[in-house]
Amino acid sequence: MRLLRYLSPYRWKIFVIIVLVFLQSLSSLYLPHLMSQIVDNGVLGHDMATILQLGGFMLVISIVGGVCSIAASYFASKVSMGFGRDLRSKVFSRVEHYTLHEISTIGTASLITRTTNDITQVQQLANMMLRMMVMAPLTAIGGIIMAVTTDAHLSLVIVGILPVLAIAIFSILGRATKLFKSMQVKIDTLNRVLREGLTGVRVIRSFNRGMFENHRFDMANLDLTSTSIQVNKIMALMFPLMMLIINFSTVAIVWFGGLRVGVGQMQIGSLMAFIQYVMQILFSVMMVSMMSFMIPRASASAARINEVLETEPEITDPINPKDEQGDVGLVEFRDVSFYYPGAKQAALQHVSFMAQAGAVTAIIGGTGSGKSTLLHMITRFYDATQGQILIDGIDVRELSQERLRAKMGYVPQQAVLFSGSIKENIRYGKADATDDEIRHAADVAQATEFISKMPDTFDAEITQGGTNVSGGQKQRLSIARALVRRPRIYLFDDSFSALDFKTDAALRAALKPEVLQSTVLIVAQRVSTVIEADQIIVLDEGKVEGIGTHDTLLHSCNAYQEIVASQLAKGESA
Amino acid sequence: MNAPRKETGSPGLGFRGLGAMGMPVQKPKNFKATLVRFLTYLTPHRLALSFVALAAICSTLFSVFSPKLLSEIITDILQGFIVHERTGVSVNFQQIGHLIILLCGLYLFSSLFSYIQQYVMAGIAQKTVYQLRRQVHEKLSRLPLQFYDVHPHGDILSRFINDFDNISNTLQQSLTQLITSVITLVGVIIMMITINVWMTLVVFVTLPLSVFAARFIATRSQRYFIGQQRVLGQLNGHVEEMYTGHTIIKAFGLEKKSLAEFESMNASLYEVGYKAQFISGIIMPVMGFIGNIGYVLVSVVGSLLVFNGVIEIGAIVAFTQYSGQFSQPITQLASIANIIQSTMASAERVFEILDEPEEVPDTTMPQELVAPHGNVMFEQVHFSYAEDEPLIENMNVDVKSGQMIAIVGPTGAGKTTIVNLLMRFYELQGGFISIDGVDITRLTRENLRSLFGMVLQDTWLFRGTILENIAYGRLRATREDVVMAAQAAHADHFIRTLPDGYDTMLHEEATDLSQGQKQLLTIARAILANPSILLLDEATSSVDTRTEVQIQKAMQELRQGKTSFVIAHRLSTIRDADWILVMNHGRVIEQGTHTQLMHDHGFYASLYNSQFAAATQEAF
Repeated sequence: MRLLRYLSPYRWKIFVIIVLVFLQSLSSLYLPHLMSQIVDNGVLGHDMATILQLGGFMLVISIVGGVCSIAASYFASKVSMGFGRDLRSKVFSRVEHYTLHEISTIGTASLITRTTNDITQVQQLANMMLRMMVMAPLTAIGGIIMAVTTDAHLSLVIVGILPVLAIAIFSILGRATKLFKSMQVKIDTLNRVLREGLTGVRVIRSFNRGMFENHRFDMANLDLTSTSIQVNKIMALMFPLMMLIINFSTVAIVWFGGLRVGVGQMQIGSLMAFIQYVMQILFSVMMVSMMSFMIPRASASAARINEVLETEPEITDPINPKDEQGDVGLVEFRDVSFYYPGAKQAALQHVSFMAQAGAVTAIIGGTGSGKSTLLHMITRFYDATQGQILIDGIDVRELSQERLRAKMGYVPQQAVLFSGSIKENIRYGKADATDDEIRHAADVAQATEFISKMPDTFDAEITQGGTNVSGGQKQRLSIARALVRRPRIYLFDDSFSALDFKTDAALRAALKPEVLQSTVLIVAQRVSTVIEADQIIVLDEGKVEGIGTHDTLLHSCNAYQEIVASQLAKGESA
Repeated sequence: MNAPRKETGSPGLGFRGLGAMGMPVQKPKNFKATLVRFLTYLTPHRLALSFVALAAICSTLFSVFSPKLLSEIITDILQGFIVHERTGVSVNFQQIGHLIILLCGLYLFSSLFSYIQQYVMAGIAQKTVYQLRRQVHEKLSRLPLQFYDVHPHGDILSRFINDFDNISNTLQQSLTQLITSVITLVGVIIMMITINVWMTLVVFVTLPLSVFAARFIATRSQRYFIGQQRVLGQLNGHVEEMYTGHTIIKAFGLEKKSLAEFESMNASLYEVGYKAQFISGIIMPVMGFIGNIGYVLVSVVGSLLVFNGVIEIGAIVAFTQYSGQFSQPITQLASIANIIQSTMASAERVFEILDEPEEVPDTTMPQELVAPHGNVMFEQVHFSYAEDEPLIENMNVDVKSGQMIAIVGPTGAGKTTIVNLLMRFYELQGGFISIDGVDITRLTRENLRSLFGMVLQDTWLFRGTILENIAYGRLRATREDVVMAAQAAHADHFIRTLPDGYDTMLHEEATDLSQGQKQLLTIARAILANPSILLLDEATSSVDTRTEVQIQKAMQELRQGKTSFVIAHRLSTIRDADWILVMNHGRVIEQGTHTQLMHDHGFYASLYNSQFAAATQEAF
């Protein structure tokens, strides 16, 4: 629970909470004491005035206790929610600085869970701890003090009971926790089987394996059921056993206390108060043990959050970033090799080339040939293991990431849109873009037609994940977003794949005059996309197999010929 | 635990406990019908359930009776003490000893019955949930494909996870709690009245106070909880978007903007969140406070009554315990009401699946086709997914045995519709499809589907070994069969290079294999099934050149001499096809041979020209 250090800004509030809770448990403990005085002095001493006086005093004490507990609850809410807020903000900003490597190591889905559910989990535990768990030891200590001052001899009963209760709780919880863990695994299995059944429904039915799947599910279901029965049967023991221990301790107190009362060593009111003290001590112990159930779950969450906070982003800005000299957009790779962290095989090997401003450089190759990796190195999503990448003659590592990326318009393979209007989405490319600029970008990206058909045109809302527009529309908006930037360097990562052929052609024709002055890098799978490029870089397993135009490569490069042959039938490729 | 009070013997000091009171409750649409239906799942266990009820009653009665006994003991001790002081005769501990043994017995039996009741209930609850889960899963296997296409998987999964969890918790805890709470309430009132009516009234004084306070707090906290839920939803949505769009955020230098938005949501979450926490969190202290007031009243009034000789001193002890026992079932009943509501809402969602219309049953007098020639005919086929949007109207296709049909069209043109119809995943609205002259609706689905071999781009593999995954194609396939199929699919080589060969475990979504390798495995699976007719989806982009050549070869061999429908992306495939179906926006818009279609200068011709006659194309 190293996360608790994030509670330190709240240490004064926590101190106040502890004081308040202590006062409140003292008031709860003081009530039986006053009652014992009513009984001993008032009732047995036949003094009505004392009864009323002490009664009034009890009322005051209850009110003070109530006020304390409400105030404590107020501060506890503030502290735990503040703790959650701080943690969330730390995690989020840390993840924002992650590189693609850290993101892929932990996984996007997992990062989302860590920022949302896991933090909520920890926050809840903090809340519980501040309210309940703080109270338990205070009550126990206070109770023991009261008990000892009331009758030290009888307090020995507590010494006898506490270990019994502790052993009972720990032995039950120990077994249950183990079973809970195995139950979690079985729940995951059941869900997996179910999910596989949902995603593979067509395959399952086409192979007539419905019965088999039912059987598979049933096995998982049975397995889970038998474990849950076990867990619940063990947990069934918990409450009755604890009640038994507590009740028997009452009996013990009455018996031994009775003996002491009988010989006049103790007053009857004290005995009644003593019963209450012991009750409060035992119940606080029980409460904590019940709550300790939350701890394993929350500490698993805490460990996951910690992992996020302790993972340092690999790529950081230089301490003294250089100012760029020229602003032409010349991209140069000098003998660049790159290994993904932990990988034995290089994703890129000794890649050298130059991409000039005003020229189109296309990169072609199969999956895993390193095309996207190459683009990701220009944006500095990854740093080269060896060699240098230069933009206008300056190593990308010597520029600030912000300055570096401001030069680029990047269009990813999978178009990503954000919730908000179409206009806002395009404006992600340039925060101060005018409406005219946005309209123009949309025109070039061939998006104006479908946008104008939407109910609110440019103000139409895109839902989260862009589910209300088609793949092709998403891609066009994502292109418009890059265009509105008017960057020096365009990076298209297989960005036309979801477009139908007519749109593809129209878009490319409209794009041509737009990018005349810029450096354009296009990653492509289709030969048709790269044919007209000024230079084509053929990648295979991270190595450059050839650089040249379509015609020269067709004669000189085997890998290129292979690609062309697989896509175009003979006779069509010339 | 704020007040000096004794808990009842009721089980499961709720893991959901009082918190459930402050939260907004999900309500079922039809409470009564759902409840009645839900109870039918419990009827097989009625014997065990009555036993549970009996145990719950016994346990509660014993725990309700014990404070009275305790009070008698204390009174006896006091009396003995007074007698001792006056006369010097020592306290009669023999009589007290008897009472104490009796009290121990009461406690012991109360706990024992409480344990038995929980123990038996564990079995009932889990078995009921097991049955229900099994029933729903079997139902899923009888639902038409449409159900799967319309309902998001997350939604179905959530019913299986959250709703079943809710149901099993309620069965485990809340049902017996309901019984014990009611009995405790009634029992405590009766016990109190038998001791003293006036004291009972004193205890009752705090009752309206706690009911009012609970209701006041609950309504207020619900409002803040709803607010919190809304802001949390926004914040989680933002996190999800920013994380999935991480590359874009970085590439466009938007980290600051994204962080600023996050911080403002986070701040408002804090504002509404701590209020919700605070208000819902004061239920316990306020109840404790009211409990304490009750305690003070009982002490004072009790003492006054003892003073006047109306009651015995032990009665005060009994009443301090009873006042605690009394307020607890009331708050418990309030939260159980909510829990039952939300459980019924869960049950209702589960029943909704059970009530979904099933697939049209197989014909009662099915014909059987074994190793057909593979003549496939579409005659006047009408089909649509939604009633008012006809997709396929009057489609006629005549496929002769051994022919290859290419289905072409841009991405998202609905090429899988043809698969859906051939495999009878969806029912036609008119016309019929026949194989070797037999209407496919006259076959059992099992028979029909055994005729087809399907290789989709979206490769589905499950967690298990490679061997198991390939063997999925045919029941009782031997290892030799699997290896032969893998060899035919050109998959044998790469499988052997894996550390455990055919016994390599595939993890979920099989991330450890490349997309192309996965596809080779699904081809092997289809080969093993040895179908008469093939449905193939050619790979588009995500496969490297070498694997692609292997897939091509494997598919060609698979097609040898069989009727095949190919969702085609390659020019060579299309030109080799005997017949081409051109699809766009879900419809079959043209069909014919390549030459015919080119001649027509329609959609196909322009598609063909833009895609394949690339040399004339401009690339910037």
